[in-house]
Amino acid sequence: MKHLVIFVALAFSTHTLADTIIVQSTTSTQNSGLYDYLLPLLKKDTGVQVNIVAVGTGQAIKNAMRCDGDVLLVHARSDEEKFVADGYGEYRRDLMYNDFVIIGPKADPANVAGAGDVIEALRRIRQAGARFASRGDDSGTHKKERSLWQAAAIDPDAGSGQWYLETGSGMGATLNTGVSLGAYVLSDRATWISFANKQDSTILFEGKPALFNQYGIIPVNADKCPNVNREAANTFTQWLLSETGQAAIAAYQVEGKQLFFRTPARLHSTIELK
Amino acid sequence: MNALAEAFRLIITLDPDLFEILWLSIRVSLIALVIAAVIGLPLGTWLAITRFPGRKFCILLLNALMGMPPVVVGLIVYLLLSRSGPLGWLGLLYTPSAMIIAQVVLITPIIAALSNQVIENLHQEYSDTFYSMGITGRRAVVAYLVDARYALTTCILAGFGRAIAEVGAVIIVGGNIDHVTRVMTTAIALETSKGNLTLALALGTVLLTLSLLVNALVIGVREYAAERQYA
Repeated sequence: MKHLVIFVALAFSTHTLADTIIVQSTTSTQNSGLYDYLLPLLKKDTGVQVNIVAVGTGQAIKNAMRCDGDVLLVHARSDEEKFVADGYGEYRRDLMYNDFVIIGPKADPANVAGAGDVIEALRRIRQAGARFASRGDDSGTHKKERSLWQAAAIDPDAGSGQWYLETGSGMGATLNTGVSLGAYVLSDRATWISFANKQDSTILFEGKPALFNQYGIIPVNADKCPNVNREAANTFTQWLLSETGQAAIAAYQVEGKQLFFRTPARLHSTIELK
Repeated sequence: MNALAEAFRLIITLDPDLFEILWLSIRVSLIALVIAAVIGLPLGTWLAITRFPGRKFCILLLNALMGMPPVVVGLIVYLLLSRSGPLGWLGLLYTPSAMIIAQVVLITPIIAALSNQVIENLHQEYSDTFYSMGITGRRAVVAYLVDARYALTTCILAGFGRAIAEVGAVIIVGGNIDHVTRVMTTAIALETSKGNLTLALALGTVLLTLSLLVNALVIGVREYAAERQYA
Protein backbone atom coordinates (compact mmCIF):
# COMPACT_ATOMS: atom_id res chain seq x y z
CA MET A 1 0.00 0.00 0.00
CA LYS A 2 2.86 2.35 0.82
CA HIS A 3 4.33 1.74 -2.61
CA LEU A 4 1.05 2.52 -4.26
CA VAL A 5 0.92 5.86 -2.46
CA ILE A 6 4.45 6.66 -3.62
CA PHE A 7 3.61 5.67 -7.16
CA VAL A 8 0.53 7.85 -7.25
CA ALA A 9 2.42 10.74 -5.67
CA LEU A 10 5.03 10.40 -8.40
CA ALA A 11 2.33 10.40 -11.02
CA PHE A 12 0.79 13.59 -9.82
CA SER A 13 4.08 15.38 -9.26
CA THR A 14 4.05 16.92 -12.74
CA HIS A 15 1.81 19.81 -11.79
CA THR A 16 1.42 22.76 -14.08
CA LEU A 17 3.43 25.88 -13.40
CA ALA A 18 2.02 29.39 -13.24
CA ASP A 19 3.67 30.52 -16.47
CA THR A 20 2.87 27.47 -18.53
CA ILE A 21 0.44 27.61 -21.44
CA ILE A 22 -0.91 25.07 -23.87
CA VAL A 23 -0.95 25.94 -27.55
CA GLN A 24 -3.36 24.05 -29.80
CA SER A 25 -1.39 24.05 -33.00
CA THR A 26 -1.33 22.88 -36.57
CA THR A 27 1.23 20.15 -37.25
CA SER A 28 3.46 21.85 -39.83
CA THR A 29 4.91 24.26 -37.28
CA GLN A 30 5.94 21.33 -35.10
CA ASN A 31 7.04 18.87 -37.78
CA SER A 32 9.25 21.50 -39.39
CA GLY A 33 11.10 22.05 -36.11
CA LEU A 34 9.99 25.70 -35.81
CA TYR A 35 8.90 25.33 -32.18
CA ASP A 36 12.11 23.57 -31.17
CA TYR A 37 13.88 26.69 -32.41
CA LEU A 38 11.47 29.41 -31.21
CA LEU A 39 10.37 28.22 -27.80
CA PRO A 40 13.80 28.32 -26.08
CA LEU A 41 14.21 31.92 -27.33
CA LEU A 42 10.76 32.81 -26.01
CA LYS A 43 11.49 31.15 -22.67
CA LYS A 44 14.69 33.14 -22.30
CA ASP A 45 12.98 36.45 -23.12
CA THR A 46 9.72 36.05 -21.24
CA GLY A 47 9.98 33.03 -18.93
CA VAL A 48 6.81 31.55 -20.44
CA GLN A 49 6.84 27.78 -20.83
CA VAL A 50 4.85 26.65 -23.86
CA ASN A 51 3.42 23.16 -24.27
CA ILE A 52 2.52 22.35 -27.85
CA VAL A 53 -0.33 20.02 -28.76
CA ALA A 54 0.10 19.55 -32.50
CA VAL A 55 -2.99 18.26 -34.31
CA GLY A 56 -4.74 19.22 -37.54
CA THR A 57 -6.24 22.70 -37.74
CA GLY A 58 -9.82 21.37 -37.54
CA GLN A 59 -9.10 19.37 -34.39
CA ALA A 60 -7.04 22.19 -32.86
CA ILE A 61 -9.98 24.59 -33.24
CA LYS A 62 -12.42 22.09 -31.69
CA ASN A 63 -10.03 21.40 -28.81
CA ALA A 64 -9.67 25.13 -28.17
CA MET A 65 -13.47 25.51 -28.24
CA ARG A 66 -13.54 23.00 -25.37
CA CYS A 67 -11.11 25.29 -23.52
CA ASP A 68 -8.25 22.78 -23.80
CA GLY A 69 -5.69 25.39 -24.79
CA ASP A 70 -4.59 28.96 -24.06
CA VAL A 71 -3.62 29.92 -27.59
CA LEU A 72 -4.65 28.70 -31.05
CA LEU A 73 -2.08 28.69 -33.86
CA VAL A 74 -3.53 27.37 -37.13
CA HIS A 75 -3.98 28.11 -40.81
CA ALA A 76 -7.60 28.33 -41.96
CA ARG A 77 -8.47 32.02 -42.13
CA SER A 78 -12.27 31.83 -42.34
CA ASP A 79 -12.53 29.25 -39.54
CA GLU A 80 -10.24 31.38 -37.38
CA GLU A 81 -12.40 34.44 -37.95
CA LYS A 82 -15.49 32.45 -37.06
CA PHE A 83 -13.74 31.22 -33.89
CA VAL A 84 -13.19 34.83 -32.81
CA ALA A 85 -16.63 35.99 -33.96
CA ASP A 86 -18.26 33.23 -31.89
CA GLY A 87 -16.48 34.56 -28.82
CA TYR A 88 -13.93 31.77 -28.37
CA GLY A 89 -10.93 33.93 -29.24
CA GLU A 90 -9.80 37.30 -27.88
CA TYR A 91 -8.49 38.51 -31.25
CA ARG A 92 -6.82 37.15 -34.36
CA ARG A 93 -3.55 38.29 -35.90
CA ASP A 94 -1.71 37.23 -39.02
CA LEU A 95 1.41 35.57 -37.67
CA MET A 96 3.42 34.43 -40.69
CA TYR A 97 2.97 32.84 -44.07
CA ASN A 98 4.48 30.47 -46.58
CA ASP A 99 2.85 28.57 -49.41
CA PHE A 100 1.47 25.24 -50.47
CA VAL A 101 3.20 23.14 -53.10
CA ILE A 102 2.15 20.14 -55.17
CA ILE A 103 4.40 17.15 -54.61
CA GLY A 104 4.61 14.26 -57.02
CA PRO A 105 6.93 11.68 -58.55
CA LYS A 106 9.83 13.12 -60.55
CA ALA A 107 8.53 11.42 -63.71
CA ASP A 108 5.39 13.62 -63.36
CA PRO A 109 2.97 11.45 -65.42
CA ALA A 110 0.29 14.17 -65.39
CA ASN A 111 2.78 16.87 -66.43
CA VAL A 112 1.73 19.05 -63.52
CA ALA A 113 4.98 20.99 -63.78
CA GLY A 114 3.87 22.41 -67.13
CA ALA A 115 0.51 23.68 -65.87
CA GLY A 116 -0.16 27.41 -66.05
CA ASP A 117 -2.09 27.64 -62.80
CA VAL A 118 -3.14 25.41 -59.93
CA ILE A 119 -6.59 24.75 -61.41
CA GLU A 120 -4.96 23.43 -64.55
CA ALA A 121 -2.53 21.37 -62.47
CA LEU A 122 -5.43 19.61 -60.69
CA ARG A 123 -7.27 19.06 -63.96
CA ARG A 124 -4.17 17.46 -65.44
CA ILE A 125 -3.92 15.09 -62.48
CA ARG A 126 -7.55 14.11 -62.97
CA GLN A 127 -7.27 13.71 -66.74
CA ALA A 128 -4.09 11.63 -66.54
CA GLY A 129 -5.86 9.29 -64.12
CA ALA A 130 -3.03 9.83 -61.66
CA ARG A 131 -3.50 9.21 -57.98
CA PHE A 132 -3.82 11.99 -55.43
CA ALA A 133 -3.30 11.50 -51.70
CA SER A 134 -5.49 13.82 -49.63
CA ARG A 135 -5.25 14.58 -45.91
CA GLY A 136 -8.97 13.92 -45.54
CA ASP A 137 -8.80 15.15 -41.93
CA ASP A 138 -10.41 18.60 -41.91
CA SER A 139 -7.00 20.22 -41.41
CA GLY A 140 -6.04 23.60 -42.82
CA THR A 141 -4.25 21.96 -45.72
CA HIS A 142 -7.22 19.71 -46.37
CA LYS A 143 -9.62 22.66 -46.42
CA LYS A 144 -7.31 24.45 -48.86
CA GLU A 145 -7.13 21.38 -51.08
CA ARG A 146 -10.92 20.99 -51.10
CA SER A 147 -11.38 24.61 -52.09
CA LEU A 148 -8.95 24.15 -54.98
CA TRP A 149 -10.81 21.07 -56.28
CA GLN A 150 -14.01 23.06 -56.07
CA ALA A 151 -12.44 25.90 -58.03
CA ALA A 152 -11.36 23.35 -60.63
CA ALA A 153 -14.95 22.04 -60.82
CA ILE A 154 -13.81 18.51 -60.02
CA ASP A 155 -15.60 16.36 -57.45
CA PRO A 156 -12.82 14.16 -56.04
CA ASP A 157 -15.24 12.23 -53.80
CA ALA A 158 -16.55 10.44 -56.87
CA GLY A 159 -13.11 8.83 -57.18
CA SER A 160 -12.58 8.25 -53.48
CA GLY A 161 -10.66 5.04 -52.97
CA GLN A 162 -9.79 4.85 -56.65
CA TRP A 163 -7.62 7.79 -57.68
CA TYR A 164 -8.48 10.07 -54.73
CA LEU A 165 -7.00 8.59 -51.56
CA GLU A 166 -8.08 10.17 -48.29
CA THR A 167 -5.59 9.12 -45.64
CA GLY A 168 -7.38 10.78 -42.73
CA SER A 169 -3.94 11.48 -41.26
CA GLY A 170 -1.47 14.26 -40.66
CA MET A 171 0.71 15.89 -43.31
CA GLY A 172 3.69 13.66 -42.65
CA ALA A 173 1.68 10.43 -42.74
CA THR A 174 -0.02 11.57 -45.95
CA LEU A 175 3.36 12.39 -47.50
CA ASN A 176 4.62 8.94 -46.52
CA THR A 177 1.61 7.43 -48.29
CA GLY A 178 1.90 9.68 -51.35
CA VAL A 179 5.63 9.13 -51.74
CA SER A 180 5.25 5.36 -51.47
CA LEU A 181 2.44 5.24 -54.04
CA GLY A 182 3.91 7.81 -56.41
CA ALA A 183 0.77 9.89 -55.88
CA TYR A 184 0.39 13.67 -56.02
CA VAL A 185 -0.02 15.49 -52.70
CA LEU A 186 -0.78 19.06 -51.69
CA SER A 187 1.58 19.95 -48.84
CA ASP A 188 2.65 23.07 -47.02
CA ARG A 189 6.18 23.91 -48.05
CA ALA A 190 7.61 23.81 -44.52
CA THR A 191 6.59 20.23 -43.84
CA TRP A 192 7.88 19.10 -47.23
CA ILE A 193 11.30 20.75 -46.92
CA SER A 194 11.88 19.25 -43.48
CA PHE A 195 10.36 15.87 -44.47
CA ALA A 196 13.06 13.20 -44.43
CA ASN A 197 11.47 10.46 -46.54
CA LYS A 198 11.22 12.20 -49.91
CA GLN A 199 12.39 9.18 -51.96
CA ASP A 200 11.54 9.80 -55.63
CA SER A 201 9.11 12.69 -55.10
CA THR A 202 9.73 16.37 -55.53
CA ILE A 203 8.00 19.76 -55.78
CA LEU A 204 6.31 19.89 -59.19
CA PHE A 205 4.11 22.93 -58.90
CA GLU A 206 4.59 26.05 -56.81
CA GLY A 207 4.75 29.80 -56.64
CA LYS A 208 1.19 30.81 -57.52
CA PRO A 209 -0.87 33.27 -55.46
CA ALA A 210 -3.66 30.69 -55.11
CA LEU A 211 -1.27 28.60 -53.02
CA PHE A 212 -0.68 31.28 -50.38
CA ASN A 213 -0.71 29.84 -46.86
CA GLN A 214 -1.41 32.23 -44.00
CA TYR A 215 -0.93 31.25 -40.36
CA GLY A 216 -2.95 33.02 -37.70
CA ILE A 217 -2.62 33.30 -33.94
CA ILE A 218 -5.49 33.67 -31.49
CA PRO A 219 -5.38 33.83 -27.69
CA VAL A 220 -8.35 31.89 -26.33
CA ASN A 221 -10.96 34.09 -24.70
CA ALA A 222 -10.51 33.97 -20.92
CA ASP A 223 -14.10 35.10 -20.37
CA LYS A 224 -15.30 31.97 -22.16
CA CYS A 225 -12.65 29.71 -20.63
CA PRO A 226 -11.77 30.79 -17.10
CA ASN A 227 -8.87 28.33 -16.94
CA VAL A 228 -7.00 30.28 -19.64
CA ASN A 229 -3.77 31.90 -18.50
CA ARG A 230 -4.59 35.22 -20.10
CA GLU A 231 -1.39 36.99 -19.18
CA ALA A 232 0.98 34.27 -20.38
CA ALA A 233 -1.12 33.67 -23.51
CA ASN A 234 -0.83 37.35 -24.38
CA THR A 235 2.88 37.44 -23.62
CA PHE A 236 3.41 34.52 -25.99
CA THR A 237 1.26 36.04 -28.74
CA GLN A 238 2.78 39.49 -28.48
CA TRP A 239 6.31 38.11 -28.42
CA LEU A 240 5.68 36.23 -31.68
CA LEU A 241 4.22 39.38 -33.25
CA SER A 242 7.02 41.61 -31.94
CA GLU A 243 10.07 42.57 -33.96
CA THR A 244 12.10 39.97 -32.01
CA GLY A 245 9.62 37.17 -32.66
CA GLN A 246 9.06 38.03 -36.32
CA ALA A 247 12.81 38.24 -36.94
CA ALA A 248 13.27 34.87 -35.23
CA ILE A 249 10.58 33.28 -37.42
CA ALA A 250 12.22 34.70 -40.55
CA ALA A 251 15.64 33.49 -39.45
CA TYR A 252 14.60 29.86 -39.08
CA GLN A 253 15.98 27.68 -41.84
CA VAL A 254 16.04 24.00 -42.75
CA GLU A 255 18.62 22.86 -45.28
CA GLY A 256 19.43 26.48 -46.04
CA LYS A 257 15.83 27.36 -46.87
CA GLN A 258 13.57 29.77 -45.05
CA LEU A 259 10.31 28.02 -44.09
CA PHE A 260 8.10 30.79 -42.69
CA PHE A 261 7.89 34.45 -43.68
CA ARG A 262 7.00 37.38 -41.48
CA THR A 263 3.75 39.15 -42.09
CA PRO A 264 4.45 42.47 -43.84
CA ALA A 265 3.87 45.33 -41.39
CA ARG A 266 1.42 47.08 -43.70
CA LEU A 267 -0.91 44.06 -43.52
CA HIS A 268 -1.11 44.09 -39.73
CA SER A 269 -3.30 47.18 -39.54
CA THR A 270 -5.74 46.17 -42.26
CA ILE A 271 -6.24 42.64 -41.04
CA GLU A 272 -6.82 43.63 -37.44
CA LEU A 273 -10.06 45.30 -38.52
CA LYS A 274 -12.07 42.19 -38.04
CA MET B 1 20.20 -2.39 -40.23
CA ASN B 2 20.63 1.38 -40.01
CA ALA B 3 17.86 1.41 -37.43
CA LEU B 4 19.69 -1.14 -35.27
CA ALA B 5 22.89 0.90 -35.44
CA GLU B 6 20.96 4.06 -34.60
CA ALA B 7 19.25 2.33 -31.67
CA PHE B 8 22.63 1.17 -30.40
CA ARG B 9 24.10 4.65 -30.79
CA LEU B 10 21.20 6.24 -28.86
CA ILE B 11 21.65 3.79 -26.01
CA ILE B 12 25.45 3.83 -25.63
CA THR B 13 25.69 7.61 -25.92
CA LEU B 14 23.06 7.81 -23.15
CA ASP B 15 21.08 10.24 -25.32
CA PRO B 16 19.34 12.45 -22.72
CA ASP B 17 16.18 12.97 -24.80
CA LEU B 18 15.82 9.25 -25.33
CA PHE B 19 16.21 8.46 -21.67
CA GLU B 20 13.76 11.17 -20.65
CA ILE B 21 11.14 9.71 -22.99
CA LEU B 22 11.96 6.14 -22.02
CA TRP B 23 11.73 6.95 -18.31
CA LEU B 24 8.35 8.63 -18.76
CA SER B 25 7.09 5.60 -20.71
CA ILE B 26 8.20 3.26 -17.94
CA ARG B 27 6.87 5.50 -15.19
CA VAL B 28 3.44 5.98 -16.76
CA SER B 29 2.98 2.32 -17.66
CA LEU B 30 4.25 0.99 -14.33
CA ILE B 31 1.99 3.25 -12.29
CA ALA B 32 -0.95 2.34 -14.53
CA LEU B 33 -0.04 -1.31 -14.12
CA VAL B 34 0.08 -1.15 -10.33
CA ILE B 35 -3.29 0.59 -10.14
CA ALA B 36 -4.82 -1.77 -12.70
CA ALA B 37 -3.46 -4.81 -10.83
CA VAL B 38 -4.79 -3.56 -7.50
CA ILE B 39 -8.24 -3.27 -9.07
CA GLY B 40 -8.12 -6.04 -11.66
CA LEU B 41 -6.67 -8.97 -9.73
CA PRO B 42 -9.17 -8.95 -6.84
CA LEU B 43 -12.00 -8.22 -9.27
CA GLY B 44 -11.10 -11.14 -11.54
CA THR B 45 -10.66 -13.42 -8.53
CA TRP B 46 -13.88 -12.37 -6.88
CA LEU B 47 -15.81 -12.98 -10.11
CA ALA B 48 -14.28 -16.46 -10.27
CA ILE B 49 -15.28 -17.60 -6.82
CA THR B 50 -18.63 -15.96 -6.15
CA ARG B 51 -21.96 -16.78 -7.68
CA PHE B 52 -24.63 -14.19 -8.39
CA PRO B 53 -27.09 -13.48 -11.19
CA GLY B 54 -25.39 -11.57 -13.98
CA ARG B 55 -21.92 -12.89 -13.09
CA LYS B 56 -21.55 -14.56 -16.49
CA PHE B 57 -22.47 -11.28 -18.12
CA CYS B 58 -19.82 -9.43 -16.09
CA ILE B 59 -17.18 -11.89 -17.23
CA LEU B 60 -18.36 -11.57 -20.83
CA LEU B 61 -18.15 -7.80 -20.52
CA LEU B 62 -14.61 -7.98 -19.13
CA ASN B 63 -13.53 -10.18 -22.00
CA ALA B 64 -15.10 -7.85 -24.53
CA LEU B 65 -13.41 -4.85 -22.91
CA MET B 66 -10.04 -6.53 -23.48
CA GLY B 67 -10.53 -5.74 -27.13
CA MET B 68 -11.35 -2.08 -26.52
CA PRO B 69 -9.49 0.05 -29.10
CA PRO B 70 -7.03 2.37 -27.32
CA VAL B 71 -8.18 5.32 -29.42
CA VAL B 72 -11.72 4.90 -28.07
CA VAL B 73 -10.43 4.82 -24.50
CA GLY B 74 -8.39 7.92 -25.31
CA LEU B 75 -11.42 9.70 -26.67
CA ILE B 76 -13.58 8.86 -23.65
CA VAL B 77 -10.92 9.92 -21.16
CA TYR B 78 -10.29 13.06 -23.22
CA LEU B 79 -13.95 14.04 -23.09
CA LEU B 80 -14.01 13.41 -19.33
CA LEU B 81 -10.85 15.38 -18.60
CA SER B 82 -11.41 18.15 -21.13
CA ARG B 83 -11.81 21.58 -19.52
CA SER B 84 -15.42 21.55 -20.61
CA GLY B 85 -15.89 17.93 -19.49
CA PRO B 86 -17.18 16.72 -16.10
CA LEU B 87 -13.67 16.28 -14.64
CA GLY B 88 -12.14 19.31 -16.35
CA TRP B 89 -11.74 21.14 -13.05
CA LEU B 90 -9.00 18.67 -12.07
CA GLY B 91 -6.76 20.16 -14.77
CA LEU B 92 -5.35 16.76 -15.65
CA LEU B 93 -5.61 16.86 -19.45
CA TYR B 94 -2.23 16.86 -21.20
CA THR B 95 -0.41 15.60 -18.09
CA PRO B 96 1.18 12.20 -17.39
CA SER B 97 -1.67 11.57 -14.95
CA ALA B 98 -4.16 11.68 -17.83
CA MET B 99 -2.08 9.08 -19.63
CA ILE B 100 -2.03 6.89 -16.53
CA ILE B 101 -5.82 7.11 -16.22
CA ALA B 102 -6.28 6.11 -19.87
CA GLN B 103 -3.94 3.16 -19.49
CA VAL B 104 -5.64 2.02 -16.29
CA VAL B 105 -8.97 1.98 -18.15
CA LEU B 106 -7.33 0.06 -20.96
CA ILE B 107 -5.50 -2.64 -19.01
CA THR B 108 -7.68 -3.25 -15.95
CA PRO B 109 -10.10 -5.40 -18.01
CA ILE B 110 -7.16 -7.38 -19.41
CA ILE B 111 -5.75 -8.15 -15.99
CA ALA B 112 -9.21 -8.88 -14.54
CA ALA B 113 -10.30 -11.15 -17.40
CA LEU B 114 -7.05 -13.11 -17.58
CA SER B 115 -6.78 -13.54 -13.80
CA ASN B 116 -10.43 -14.57 -13.72
CA GLN B 117 -9.56 -17.46 -16.02
CA VAL B 118 -6.56 -18.50 -13.92
CA ILE B 119 -8.48 -18.42 -10.65
CA GLU B 120 -11.51 -20.16 -12.11
CA ASN B 121 -9.36 -23.18 -12.93
CA LEU B 122 -7.88 -23.13 -9.45
CA HIS B 123 -11.29 -22.69 -7.89
CA GLN B 124 -12.57 -25.99 -9.30
CA GLU B 125 -9.72 -27.68 -7.46
CA TYR B 126 -9.81 -25.80 -4.16
CA SER B 127 -13.38 -24.74 -3.54
CA ASP B 128 -14.25 -27.66 -1.25
CA THR B 129 -11.04 -27.39 0.76
CA PHE B 130 -11.44 -23.67 1.28
CA TYR B 131 -15.08 -24.08 2.15
CA SER B 132 -14.36 -26.73 4.75
CA MET B 133 -11.65 -24.56 6.26
CA GLY B 134 -14.14 -21.72 6.49
CA ILE B 135 -12.18 -19.47 4.16
CA THR B 136 -14.69 -17.28 2.38
CA GLY B 137 -15.20 -13.78 1.12
CA ARG B 138 -12.27 -11.42 1.21
CA ARG B 139 -10.00 -14.00 2.85
CA ALA B 140 -10.68 -16.43 0.04
CA VAL B 141 -9.81 -13.81 -2.59
CA VAL B 142 -6.48 -13.15 -0.87
CA ALA B 143 -5.79 -16.87 -0.44
CA TYR B 144 -6.39 -17.55 -4.13
CA LEU B 145 -4.26 -14.60 -5.21
CA VAL B 146 -1.37 -15.72 -3.04
CA ASP B 147 -1.68 -19.28 -4.21
CA ALA B 148 -1.83 -18.38 -7.89
CA ARG B 149 0.80 -15.62 -7.74
CA TYR B 150 3.14 -17.25 -10.25
CA ALA B 151 0.47 -17.93 -12.82
CA LEU B 152 -0.81 -14.38 -12.36
CA THR B 153 2.50 -12.83 -13.39
CA THR B 154 1.57 -13.64 -16.99
CA CYS B 155 -1.65 -11.65 -16.61
CA ILE B 156 0.34 -8.74 -15.26
CA LEU B 157 2.91 -8.95 -18.05
CA ALA B 158 0.12 -8.94 -20.61
CA GLY B 159 -1.21 -5.75 -19.04
CA PHE B 160 2.21 -4.15 -19.01
CA GLY B 161 2.80 -5.10 -22.64
CA ARG B 162 -0.42 -3.48 -23.71
CA ALA B 163 0.29 -0.33 -21.68
CA ILE B 164 3.85 0.28 -22.83
CA ALA B 165 3.07 -0.44 -26.50
CA GLU B 166 -0.09 1.62 -26.76
CA VAL B 167 -0.18 4.92 -28.67
CA GLY B 168 -3.80 5.69 -29.58
CA ALA B 169 -4.97 6.64 -26.09
CA VAL B 170 -1.92 8.45 -24.72
CA ILE B 171 -1.48 10.66 -27.78
CA ILE B 172 -5.02 12.01 -27.36
CA VAL B 173 -5.02 12.59 -23.61
CA GLY B 174 -1.31 13.41 -23.30
CA GLY B 175 -0.99 15.51 -26.43
CA ASN B 176 2.56 14.28 -27.16
CA ILE B 177 4.02 17.44 -25.58
CA ASP B 178 7.81 17.53 -25.68
CA HIS B 179 9.37 17.09 -22.20
CA VAL B 180 5.91 16.74 -20.63
CA THR B 181 3.89 13.89 -22.13
CA ARG B 182 6.06 12.52 -24.93
CA VAL B 183 6.56 8.80 -24.49
CA MET B 184 8.24 6.17 -26.67
CA THR B 185 5.20 5.32 -28.76
CA THR B 186 4.13 8.92 -29.40
CA ALA B 187 7.73 9.83 -30.26
CA ILE B 188 7.76 6.98 -32.78
CA ALA B 189 4.51 8.27 -34.30
CA LEU B 190 5.96 11.79 -34.51
CA GLU B 191 9.24 10.72 -36.11
CA THR B 192 7.33 8.61 -38.61
CA SER B 193 5.25 11.62 -39.58
CA LYS B 194 8.43 13.64 -40.02
CA GLY B 195 9.66 10.96 -42.41
CA ASN B 196 12.54 10.04 -40.07
CA LEU B 197 11.84 6.35 -40.54
CA THR B 198 15.26 5.17 -39.37
CA LEU B 199 15.02 7.07 -36.10
CA ALA B 200 11.43 5.86 -35.64
CA LEU B 201 12.50 2.27 -36.13
CA ALA B 202 15.45 2.77 -33.79
CA LEU B 203 13.09 4.00 -31.08
CA GLY B 204 10.91 0.96 -31.79
CA THR B 205 13.94 -1.27 -31.30
CA VAL B 206 14.70 0.38 -27.96
CA LEU B 207 11.09 -0.11 -26.86
CA LEU B 208 11.18 -3.76 -27.89
CA THR B 209 14.41 -4.22 -25.95
CA LEU B 210 12.82 -2.68 -22.87
CA SER B 211 9.85 -5.02 -23.19
CA LEU B 212 12.22 -7.96 -23.51
CA LEU B 213 14.14 -6.93 -20.39
CA VAL B 214 11.00 -6.48 -18.31
CA ASN B 215 9.65 -9.87 -19.37
CA ALA B 216 12.99 -11.58 -18.72
CA LEU B 217 13.21 -9.96 -15.30
CA VAL B 218 9.72 -10.95 -14.22
CA ILE B 219 9.96 -14.48 -15.55
CA GLY B 220 13.43 -14.83 -13.99
CA VAL B 221 12.14 -13.75 -10.60
CA ARG B 222 9.19 -16.10 -10.94
CA GLU B 223 11.37 -19.12 -11.77
CA TYR B 224 13.79 -18.30 -8.97
CA ALA B 225 11.02 -17.93 -6.41
CA ALA B 226 9.24 -21.08 -7.56
CA GLU B 227 12.45 -23.05 -7.33
CA ARG B 228 13.19 -21.85 -3.80
CA GLN B 229 9.70 -22.67 -2.71
CA TYR B 230 9.87 -26.31 -3.75
CA ALA B 231 13.56 -26.88 -2.96
